[in-house]
Amino acid sequence: MNPTAIKAMYVSEMARFFRTFMQSFLSPVISTSLYFVVFGAAIGSRIDEVEGVSYGSFIVPGLIMLSVMTQGISNASFGIYFPKFTGTIYELLSAPVSFIEVVIGFAGAAATKALFIGAVILATSALFVDLQIQHPLVMVLFLLLTCISFALFGFIIGIWAKNFEQLQLIPLLVVTPLVFLGGSFYSINMLPPVWQAITMFNPVVYLISGFRWSFFGVADVPIITSLLAIGLFQALCLIAVWWIFKTGWRIRK
Amino acid sequence: MTDILILEGVEKTYDSGFTALHGVDLTLREGEILALLGPNGAGKTTLISCICGTVMPTRGKITVGGFDALTDYRRARSLIGLVPQEIHLEPFSRVMDTVRYSRGLFGKGRNDAYIEKILRDLSLWDKRDSRVMELSGGMKRRVLIAKALSHEPRILFLDEPTAGVDVDLRKEMWEVVANLKAAGVSIVLTTHYIEEAEAMADRIGVINRGRLALIEEKAALMSRLGRKTLKIELETPVAVIPDALTSYGLQIADGGNALVYEYEAGASRTGITRLLSDLRDAGLCLSDLSTRQSTLEEIFVGLVHQQEENA
Repeated sequence: MNPTAIKAMYVSEMARFFRTFMQSFLSPVISTSLYFVVFGAAIGSRIDEVEGVSYGSFIVPGLIMLSVMTQGISNASFGIYFPKFTGTIYELLSAPVSFIEVVIGFAGAAATKALFIGAVILATSALFVDLQIQHPLVMVLFLLLTCISFALFGFIIGIWAKNFEQLQLIPLLVVTPLVFLGGSFYSINMLPPVWQAITMFNPVVYLISGFRWSFFGVADVPIITSLLAIGLFQALCLIAVWWIFKTGWRIRK
Repeated sequence: MTDILILEGVEKTYDSGFTALHGVDLTLREGEILALLGPNGAGKTTLISCICGTVMPTRGKITVGGFDALTDYRRARSLIGLVPQEIHLEPFSRVMDTVRYSRGLFGKGRNDAYIEKILRDLSLWDKRDSRVMELSGGMKRRVLIAKALSHEPRILFLDEPTAGVDVDLRKEMWEVVANLKAAGVSIVLTTHYIEEAEAMADRIGVINRGRLALIEEKAALMSRLGRKTLKIELETPVAVIPDALTSYGLQIADGGNALVYEYEAGASRTGITRLLSDLRDAGLCLSDLSTRQSTLEEIFVGLVHQQEENA
């Protein structure tokens, strides 16, 4: 292991985040506030409670997950795609670092950014609604696992993408719909039985359900299933990263 | 002198099936400047990329400072600095930061005094806080060199450092390279500017179609393959070459005002003394003499054509 090199990559990736700090900080604050105005105050005031939780509070875990997933993916995919695009990847390839160190540096920075944004949204939410976190340790564990998994997933997308269009393709066409249909803003129990069954094929359901359980103690699926799901996703991402490392796929000619 | 870099039978076939290198053997001696010459697409960049790790060689063995470039890549690559052909820099980063980053990436601890020295040597110190995108093309190239030198490599690869660069800047680059050599860095540079190799290199390798056509001391190459011409200007023009001089293979030039004699630069007997006395005996009066040595360019073109005829 080459800790100096990992630190150099991590610091350099974080520097990009801090260069646009206000944007990185303000955009989640503003978008979260908007969700609360629309869903919490305007529409939410007409919805009683969901699973015994006020609607405003109910959507908080979903909102955080939505941002953490999309931010984890976009930061990591852009982070590794940008050197490919500008050509500066030559430096990574000629440096005495292994691919695993590159992953730790780049995906680690992306996960940190996602975590930061998740924390910002949580803090912003606390301004609008009463928040209770029944299982704070599980909450932190879920948040961390999600940040890391989706940063790894984003890293894989960044390696795979050959242009900016492909970079946006999976987040836009796959991840966002899955998150919206994964119970971010509603409970699965509110759906008709057929859709409930179909929804169970959406992996995001398990993440949001588990995360919500850590807040309110209510869940659509058992918490252990949720933990297994995120663990499985993380394992798949790690296997993909390992395979890329072995074959040099789309990196080293 | 010890060999700091050894290539044995290095081959590269790309996924497309194109073989860019056919079993190249090459050594770099410590402290020398080796120029690799070759036309576009000859395999120069592929060769450098295989050594530096950006391209995986299909076959062959590369040893850098005693370390295998594949199995012991950490130690091997630590010894190498690479200046790529294209200007690949992150546009928004600042000069000092990007050079520091390179040093860290190669696992070296922060040393701002050393980086200051590099930036000063490359006349970039005043620009240390500028963003890369604000710099001129020449400065960007120097930033690439600074990045490559940031981890104190013992071998520097310069892939066409002066391609598309104006004359002043080219001279400046040559100076930079000469200073690096003086500081003990071994250098491999690729170029298709022959004058560049002629001005800087200790040894010259010629690559064509993925094969190393030759590698030799510059001076030896020039004298072995170089032809010299002696131009004899006459006071009164001649229409035909006098019979007594036919054995010299002279050619009439400048409408009879001059004769041109061609000879091997490295030959022990050039025949000049006898030619001059025969000229006097033939009654020709000379007004001036000049000699010219064929340039590396002519040697190079000759070699490449010869190889193509053999192929």
